Amino acid sequence: MEITESIQPLLVVSTPLLCALLIVLFGRWPNFREFWTIAASLVTFFLVASMVKVMYGGNAVACRLIEVYPGVDIAFKVDAFGIFFALLSSFLWIIVSFYSIGYMRSLNEHSQTRFFAFFAVAISSALGVAFSSNLLTLYLFYELLTVCTYPLVTHHQDTEAKASGRMYLSILLGTSVAFFLPAILFTYFSAGTLDFSPQGILKGTASNGMITIIFLLYLFGIGKSAIMPFSGWLPRAMVAPTPVSALLHAVAVVKAGVFCQLRIYFNTFGVDLLHTLSLDVFLIYFVSITIIVGSLFALKQDDIKAMLAYSTISQLSYIILAGGIHSYQGMLGGVLHIVMHGFGKITLFLCAGSILCGSHIKKISQLGGIGRKMPITMLAFLFGALSVAGIPPFGGFISKWFLALGSIKGDQWPILVVLFTSTLLNLSYFMPVVYISFFGEESEMVKGDQNIHESSLYMVVPLMFTALISLVMFFYPYPFIHLAEIFVKSVMGG
Amino acid sequence: MLDQAPILTIIFPLIFAVITPLLGWVKKEFCYPWVIAALCLSSVCSIITLERVLCHGVIHYHFGNWSPPWGIEYVIDHLNSFVLVLVTSVSLLVAISSKRSIEKEIPQKEVYFYTLFLLQVTGFLGIVATGDIFNLYVFLEIASLAGYALIAVGEKHASFASFRYVVMGTIGACFYLLGVGYLYMATGSLNMADLSKILPELYHSKVILVAFIFFMVGLAIKMAIFPLHTWLPDAYTYAPSATSALVAPLMTKVSVYVMIRIIYTVFQPNFTMEMVPINSIISWVAVAAILYGIIMALGQKDLKRMFCYILIAEMGYMLGGIGLANKMGITGAILHILNDALMITCLFLVAGAVVYKRGGHHISQMKNNFKTMPFSMAAFAVVGLSLIGVPPTCGFFSKWYLILGAIEAHHWAFLTALILSSAVNAILFFKIVEIAYYGEESSSGVPHVHVGTHHSHSTIDEAPASILIPLGITALAILLVGIFSAKIVSGVIQYAVPPNL
Amino acid sequence: MFEIIVSKYNYWMYIILMMIGFYAMISKKNLIKKIIGMNIFQTAIILLFVSIAAKKGGTLPILEHAHDSMEHAIEVASYINPLPHVLMLTAIVVMVATLGVALAVVIFIYRKYGTLEEDEILDKIR
Repeated sequence: MEITESIQPLLVVSTPLLCALLIVLFGRWPNFREFWTIAASLVTFFLVASMVKVMYGGNAVACRLIEVYPGVDIAFKVDAFGIFFALLSSFLWIIVSFYSIGYMRSLNEHSQTRFFAFFAVAISSALGVAFSSNLLTLYLFYELLTVCTYPLVTHHQDTEAKASGRMYLSILLGTSVAFFLPAILFTYFSAGTLDFSPQGILKGTASNGMITIIFLLYLFGIGKSAIMPFSGWLPRAMVAPTPVSALLHAVAVVKAGVFCQLRIYFNTFGVDLLHTLSLDVFLIYFVSITIIVGSLFALKQDDIKAMLAYSTISQLSYIILAGGIHSYQGMLGGVLHIVMHGFGKITLFLCAGSILCGSHIKKISQLGGIGRKMPITMLAFLFGALSVAGIPPFGGFISKWFLALGSIKGDQWPILVVLFTSTLLNLSYFMPVVYISFFGEESEMVKGDQNIHESSLYMVVPLMFTALISLVMFFYPYPFIHLAEIFVKSVMGG
Repeated sequence: MLDQAPILTIIFPLIFAVITPLLGWVKKEFCYPWVIAALCLSSVCSIITLERVLCHGVIHYHFGNWSPPWGIEYVIDHLNSFVLVLVTSVSLLVAISSKRSIEKEIPQKEVYFYTLFLLQVTGFLGIVATGDIFNLYVFLEIASLAGYALIAVGEKHASFASFRYVVMGTIGACFYLLGVGYLYMATGSLNMADLSKILPELYHSKVILVAFIFFMVGLAIKMAIFPLHTWLPDAYTYAPSATSALVAPLMTKVSVYVMIRIIYTVFQPNFTMEMVPINSIISWVAVAAILYGIIMALGQKDLKRMFCYILIAEMGYMLGGIGLANKMGITGAILHILNDALMITCLFLVAGAVVYKRGGHHISQMKNNFKTMPFSMAAFAVVGLSLIGVPPTCGFFSKWYLILGAIEAHHWAFLTALILSSAVNAILFFKIVEIAYYGEESSSGVPHVHVGTHHSHSTIDEAPASILIPLGITALAILLVGIFSAKIVSGVIQYAVPPNL
Repeated sequence: MFEIIVSKYNYWMYIILMMIGFYAMISKKNLIKKIIGMNIFQTAIILLFVSIAAKKGGTLPILEHAHDSMEHAIEVASYINPLPHVLMLTAIVVMVATLGVALAVVIFIYRKYGTLEEDEILDKIR
């Protein structure tokens, strides 16, 4: 693996930051302001995409900013996994930028400048997480992500937002300060370094008991990955405007959480170390609880976004399975699920927002017959739902397939059962929604309101687009598979 | 001329302080630029001193050319040149910010305020620069006396709080003086370097032990270490905002400096670690101080009082770092002297801005401030994150060193206290942010319907530039010190850490 | 036992004085009495310093004929130690300054609360 020095990673991370500044400066002229968001999202995506080629060769791009502690830098190092996540986030940012312009304007939301500015900062921090070359940089951007999403979650500034904001911060900040930071310090104390390395850095540096403690601290410290019991913040964070829920709470923030988890399992502990201590087995059974219980919670939700949130909680733990299934296919499947679930779930959220804008409906029970008035939205919803549930021919099937294969190879048969049960549960909470919206009796809300219509093109086009990508991902997942393979191979030791 | 820089650092504020009342007698508007000039000169001298120490090593300045141990000697090494720069620059920033706020809070008393302000700074600088333990006592009292007077002119019950501070402070100073007396009885010397040479042979003497304990208790009172902190919250809450912003960050930090000097220079670490188990006692007191500080801070409804309890908890950080007695811990404690001075200054400057604009420092005065005072609140956000310990703010890095030190010393209680205090700081900070962010609502009690309505744009009503600029500089410094902390540690602090650990 | 007390009587005196002052500072309700206690406390320390300088048969450390001739050899042992005296001169200045500040603050308090009794002031604060 060759490492080239380049300021490209820094450019990628600072473009959204610069954009946030411009948004604030141009806050008085909404069209200008939105122009900067779109421009920055495009520039960011192309900058990220321009690095992909280097990654395909199995190489890395590094950029060292400043030494903050002897031997510990704030530094970026882009590898296949990092670019994998960055590609997803920056690509979806473009789509959600258009969508949020439509959404915010059609609902006539207040403080739009603040919204777009913090949104850009959040993207910047997510990209920072993706490109971190060591735990300190990772922690820095992880915390920044928590703090800058607070004004987004509490955008409405009402009592509900206040309560949710409290929950959001107390869990995310609380776990990171109480567990994540000590874990990093213990890691530094044991290993003497914080840099990520393909085979891990902790092997043979501390006693087994110590490593187990560090492992548990990381597991609970990264609250963003929404593993139960620290998952309560995610459903509550749904008070945010829908674009936030869509990009941040289906992709950027939560995926940053699982990204951190996997990054730490693979590049700090190392697969072998986890396996020798049997921590991987503990991990997969522990998150299996979240997979099942999350789906069960989703079943009984009536709020569309709350249902999607619980579904996300359940699906995030699929990804974490990658850290525990000790087989090539399993790890590949988990990593791929970041993308597959990302496209599927963002489609669902965009649909939920579109339903809200078009009809002001938030409850599943009021959706009866809406599919006949908003066919495109509900069709996209169907696509997204099938992809998340993992039904062919949608992208979600690919990652689930690899996970299932991996659990057989890794001799973890019970996981197969978990995956199967969860798929059934997924279908049983998604399909009724689709069914009643197309074939069900018209609900009071739908009957009473003659103005229900498809939302503006700003919103419909993005959600159609992501729905189609979910479909395309089944037939052409290779760009992402290729990156995931490179990463998994490096972790497995070639 | 450059050789005189160490003494000029202290002489400038002193001489200027004496002339201030005369100038004020002519025209009181002259005082403000005069004070700024004095502190600018002093800052420049202190920076020259630091630069010379970094290039040429320790500076020995003999007063009137009397060589030690007979004459008074100023010894400027890495540790105190670093603290000197901190004291001069923080006091310069506070002086700049003081103009409008004292005009409003204590009208007609500006002349005396500025005189005492300079005397106070002189006291701090003297404490830091001197290499003589009795001289240190004198400067300690100069600083304290100026502090008593500055606090007494504050609002509400400031005079009574000040009286309590006088009583407690005098006991503290007297204990320190007793310690000096006992050391003098046993050794016949007052010079720190001389003492550190003579003392090791006398470590078994009970007199030395008693002297050490008197030093510790006396300084603990001045540092407001729990349970000897009782004077602090009232005094700093009711003091004029400019006074709190000067005294709160500096008095305590300077006392921490003295404690490090006494424990690690006058006495050797092997005395404090092996002969008396004072280190473990100190760390446990630190744990208690942190826990007490954060718990009390949680219950406060007054902004400045809350900051005072945060300060008490922060003192625990530094005390704990000193008590860990390993390289990491001391590095953390020294770095935290800088960081905490910046953070506390910033907090009290924010409080000053709020007092200036809202006329009070109850927590409810923060309502809706994100809209009306965005710059002050931005600075507050930075310092809040630093208190929690979010990188890349400076608070993260001192915590980093302290926690590593705690792990190295296997002092799990201190580690837990540090982490707990971060968590509670997060609660405190976001409690205020919530009030400032959801301001309108809690006043009416009825939740607004936001969807579909435009917020009425409340106009920006910020504090004057003379407050905002120093505030902005401190907030920026919090970030920069964090980002460049490795440079600061490798350039200055690593030499300031006692070598004989 | 008795011998210890007698032979070190200066220390005992200073401790007794200091405790009297300390007692007054802590437990007296009247602010002026507190200040008096504070003064006794400080004076006790001065006494300690001055007493340690003393020597049996020692005299003031002033050299006779110092400038004219050196006919007298200077016997250090026959002079009392001047340094503690000098230190205490400074300490007395500090003490007086403290007293001044304390009295000024007390006047301030009296103007504000109309009383000097601590409990009455505390009642008014609440």
